[in-house]
Amino acid sequence: MPIRVAIVSPEQEVWSGDADMVVARTTEGDLGVLPGHVPLLGVLVPGGTVRVKTGGREISAQVDGGFISVTHQGVSILAETATLS
Amino acid sequence: MAGQLREYRRRIRSVQSTKKITRAMELIAASRIAKARARVAAARPYAEEITRVIEAVASQTTISHPLTTERPQPARAAVVVITSDRGLAGGYSSNALRRTNELIELLRLEGKEPELHVIGRKGVGYYRFRGRAMSGEYTGFSEQPSYADAKSVADALIASFVAAPEDGGVDEIHVVHTEYVSAIAQNPVARRLLPMVLTETDEPPAGGPLPQYEFEPSAEAVLDALLPRYVESRLYAAMLESAASESAARQRAMKSATDNAEDLIRSYSRQANRARQDAITQEISEIVGGANALASAS
Repeated sequence: MPIRVAIVSPEQEVWSGDADMVVARTTEGDLGVLPGHVPLLGVLVPGGTVRVKTGGREISAQVDGGFISVTHQGVSILAETATLS
Repeated sequence: MAGQLREYRRRIRSVQSTKKITRAMELIAASRIAKARARVAAARPYAEEITRVIEAVASQTTISHPLTTERPQPARAAVVVITSDRGLAGGYSSNALRRTNELIELLRLEGKEPELHVIGRKGVGYYRFRGRAMSGEYTGFSEQPSYADAKSVADALIASFVAAPEDGGVDEIHVVHTEYVSAIAQNPVARRLLPMVLTETDEPPAGGPLPQYEFEPSAEAVLDALLPRYVESRLYAAMLESAASESAARQRAMKSATDNAEDLIRSYSRQANRARQDAITQEISEIVGGANALASAS
């Protein structure tokens, strides 16, 4: 069961789609989110990278000043600036 | 007689060139509405998500955070008003300013001293002319605001919101912006930004029930980090919507200016034609009169 992931910056939605796993670094350390993760709200480290694994591909995005919000509906990465790399 | 005709022709030419300008501005404004509305739509996912997250956090924690807690005795309130940089937009700026003055009155009645932060050259000019002190002036981006512009305004607001009252800190932040209802209707509205107004309803919120979050590192730290993002994103949304309203107001104003110019051209053309005919009639009667005079003289 894939999880719905959206990476959004204030000016636009940078990426959205279904993924198998999301890896992000919060101020507490690396965090891997798999389907069924408990709801969580974390502060991401500045200048960190968020990796989204979907199928065989991996998408990574540089995010700055952001949050990760994990809910039963999906994962949202809210970043002040986000660029896909 | 010929002089009158020349005068009418000159006026027609001048109105025609005015019409070209207003027509061009109308078309530019129309294309900017679409662009601004697309940007409003693009900014919506972030704004909605951040509001949802804050509501979820606020509804489940009992901690008192400046973001959501009313201060016991609010003494000062910041008022942000969004106006345009350029005129020729009908009543756009003056409507927003009228709404602001109503809000200022209201705040004064409640015993709060308002502090003005003005966006847009028109608003700055309005308050400067009236000799009213402004705590912040921001100009040059009213038609196409970027997130960085919103951030620069938000930084100043947050700094004064977290400052102690004796250092000129404010207890509340209000925003007056112009809501885009449709191409023909825009409403100036005043909203309180901080402390956040939490809607207490029994209905389940849109997009399913609010999640019971765990926090990393802690609820306080998350709220601290969320506060500036919230203010920025709300301001940015307000600025984008105002930009759409500004363009819509300008389009309407320029459309009626173009229509007026067309009416003027039509009535001047009629008068010019009449003057031309009168001149011809007079010339003929002069020739006939002259010929008759010559004939009777000989």
